[in-house]
Amino acid sequence: MRRVLLTGNAAAAWGARLARVDYVPAFPITPQTEIIEALARWIDAGEMAARLVTLESEHSMITAAGAAAATGVRVFSATSSQGLLYGMEMLYTVAGWRVPWVLVNVSRGLSAPITLEPDHNDVLAARDSGFLQIHCAGCQEVLDSVLLAYRLAEDARVRLPVIVNLDGFYLSFTREPVSIPEPAEVDALLPPFDPQGLAFRAGAPLSQAVAVLGGGPYSYFRYQVQLAAQNALAVYDEIAADFAERFGRSHPAVEAYQCDDAEVVLVMMGSFATKARAAVDRLRDAGRPVGLLRPRLLRPFPAAACRRHLLGKRALAVIDQNLSPGQGGVLATELAAALYGRPGAPLLASFIGGLGGRDIPPEELFEIARVTEAAAERGETPPPRLLYTEAELRELRKLQTIAAVERDRRGPAP
Amino acid sequence: MATETRTHALKAKEYKSDIAPVWCPGCGHFAVLSALTKALAYLELPKERVALVSGIGCSSRLPAYLDTYGFHGLHGRALAVATGLKAARPELTVVVAGGDGDGFSIGGNHFLHACRRNMDLTYIVMDNEVYGMTKGQASPTTAPEWSRSKLTPHGPGVRRFRPAAIALAAGASFIARGFAGDPSGLTRLIVQAIEHRGFSFLQVLSPCQTFRPEQTEWKQQVHPFDGEPAANDLEAAARIHADDGMALGLIYVEPLPVWQPLAQPSASLAEIEQELSL
Ligand SMILES: Cc1ncc(C[n+]2csc(CCOP(=O)(O)OP(=O)(O)O)c2C)c(N)n1
Ligand code: SF4
Repeated sequence: MRRVLLTGNAAAAWGARLARVDYVPAFPITPQTEIIEALARWIDAGEMAARLVTLESEHSMITAAGAAAATGVRVFSATSSQGLLYGMEMLYTVAGWRVPWVLVNVSRGLSAPITLEPDHNDVLAARDSGFLQIHCAGCQEVLDSVLLAYRLAEDARVRLPVIVNLDGFYLSFTREPVSIPEPAEVDALLPPFDPQGLAFRAGAPLSQAVAVLGGGPYSYFRYQVQLAAQNALAVYDEIAADFAERFGRSHPAVEAYQCDDAEVVLVMMGSFATKARAAVDRLRDAGRPVGLLRPRLLRPFPAAACRRHLLGKRALAVIDQNLSPGQGGVLATELAAALYGRPGAPLLASFIGGLGGRDIPPEELFEIARVTEAAAERGETPPPRLLYTEAELRELRKLQTIAAVERDRRGPAP
Repeated sequence: MATETRTHALKAKEYKSDIAPVWCPGCGHFAVLSALTKALAYLELPKERVALVSGIGCSSRLPAYLDTYGFHGLHGRALAVATGLKAARPELTVVVAGGDGDGFSIGGNHFLHACRRNMDLTYIVMDNEVYGMTKGQASPTTAPEWSRSKLTPHGPGVRRFRPAAIALAAGASFIARGFAGDPSGLTRLIVQAIEHRGFSFLQVLSPCQTFRPEQTEWKQQVHPFDGEPAANDLEAAARIHADDGMALGLIYVEPLPVWQPLAQPSASLAEIEQELSL
C-alpha cells in the first residue's frame, strides 16, 4: 500500500488499473479527460495490459463498452454531463443486455445554459436506466468505489453495469491523500471476471440482444433488471463488509455522521456533503443535535437503511444538487417515498442548492439547520427553497439591466 | 406596418461584438472571424438578417464574437440547429461554424445529410486536425501517425476522413477549401459560399497553435488548386482525387435543387378538414 496525493480523476484511473480492466473505449470531455489520458499513458508504458480505443462519440463509446462486456472481458469507461446524456439510449440498452462493466461519470451541469461546473442532473438522468449508481464524496472513495463497483456488477446475483459518480472540479481536480492498495490485495478482493453465460465459445454461437414481441416477455425481462437491482442491496453490504475487512475502510450504502442522537438530519449526496459534515461539527459545538446522512448508493436506493437512520428524527433537511423541474429535488422525492406512511417519519424540508457548481457555504448550511429546526418546532413543512443569496440576485439583475439597455439600443425587432 | 428599408454600409468591424475572443494567441480561428466579418460587410448583409450557428469547441465560440444573431448549440448538433432555423426562417442568411471534431466526429451524420438535403446554408469547418477545446486529442482529420496526444501516444492509427470527398459523395453543391493564413482568399471563399444557393461546404485550414504548433508549416505547404472549379460531380471527383489536402480555392460548384419546405401550405385548413371529415 502506498499513500499519495491524487486527484479524483487519478483515483478513478487507479481504480480501473487495479481492477485490471481489459478494454477502455474512450471519448474526451471536460472534466473527465484526465482519467482516460492516465489509462492511455499506463497502457503505453506497459504498466497495464489493456486496450484503449478512441471512438467518435459517447454514443458509440457506451455501445462498444456494452458489446465488449458481452464477450466476457472487463470493461471500463468514463464520461461526464452531455456525454452521458448523448449515450443515454445505450445506457438503457446495455443495462438490458445484463452486461457488467463500470462507467465513471464526472458530474457536470447540463446544457442549457452551457456550463462546466458540477451538479447531479447528469447522473440522475440515468437513474432509471438499469445502471446501478455509487456516489462518492472523496478521492479515496472514488478509487475504492470503482473496485466495489466491479465486484457488485459482476456478482451472479446482480449482473448489471454500474456508474461511479464524482463531482467535477470539486473532486475531479482536487488532490487528496489516497492509499493505493497493492495489486495482490485487490486481486484477492476482485477475482478475474467470470463471464458465465457471456462468452464466445467455439461451436456454441449465441445470439444476444434479440427483440421480444409483446408486453409479456418485455415485462419479464425488464422486471428481471428490477429484481437484480434489488438483489444488489444485500450483495453490496456483503461486498462492503469484505472490503472493510481487507482494507480497513468502510463504505456503507448509506453513510451516517452524528446521526444517532440527532434531532435534525441533513441529507446530501456527493462531495458537497463534506461541507455539511464540517457544518455539523460546528453546529454540534454550539450544542445543536444535528447529523448528516449521505446515501452512497442511489440505485438500488437503500430505503431500509435510510429508514433505520431516520425514523424517529424530528426533521430532515434534504439538500439536492439537482432539479427535476415541476417537482423539485430528486433525493427529496426518493426519501419521501422511503419514509411515507412509516411511524416516526420525520418532517422533510427540501432545499435545492449547488446547481452548476454554485457553492453551498457554511452559513447557508447553518441557516438550513435553523429553518428546519423551526419548521419542526411548528410542525409545518416549509416550501422547497432554492439556495440563492440577495447578493447573487443583485449581480444577476445588474447583468439583466445591461442586457435590457443593449436591447433598447438596438430597437424593436425588424 | 411599413417596413423600414435601411441602408447597410457597415464596416467589417461593426459585425464584431464587444466580447474579446478567448482563443490562444495565434489561433487560426481569429482569421476566420475576421474574414467572416469582411464577407458580411462586402455582401452588405444587415446584421439582423444573419444567424451564426455553432456546436461546441474553441471554433464553436465564434457566434459570441459576432454582433449578428447567434446560437451556440451542442457538441455535434450545429447543422441540426441550423436546419431547423433555416426551415422556419428562410429569409435569414444562416452560417454554421464549428470544428473538425464537432462536424466530422460526433456530428458526422448531420454532415452527410446536410450535404444531400442541400438547404441554403453555409457550413464553415475550422479544421485544425485536433480537438482543441478538450486539450489535444486526435480528430477524424488527424493523420494516423500523429503521436502527440496523450490519449493516442502512437497516433490514432486510423485513415483520415476526407471532408471534400465525403461532401461530394453526400451530394453537396459547393465545396471549397480556405486557409486562415490567406485572409483575402478566405474572405472571397466565404462570400462565394454565402452567395451560392444551396449547401456550401467550406473547409478552412485553421491552425491550433497550442496543440498542433507544427501547423505553422502549413504556410509553406498550401498552394492553389490547379485549373477552374469543377462544374459537375465527375470533374469534381477528379479534382478531389488529385488533391493533396493542402490545395486552396473553390473545388466544385453546381446549381442543384435547393430543399426548402414550402412557406405556404399547399391546402387551406378548410380543405384539409374536409378531407379528414368522416
Ligand atoms: C456530447 C459531448 N461530448 C464531448 C464533449 C467535449 N468536447 C467539447 S469540444 C470537443 C471537441 C472540440 O474539437 P473541435 O470541434 O475540432 O473544435 P476545436 O476546439 O478544435 O476548435 C469535445 C470532444 C461535449 N462538449 N459534448
Ligand atoms: S486550443 Fe487551439 S483551437 Fe483552441 S483556441 Fe487555442 S489555438 Fe485555438
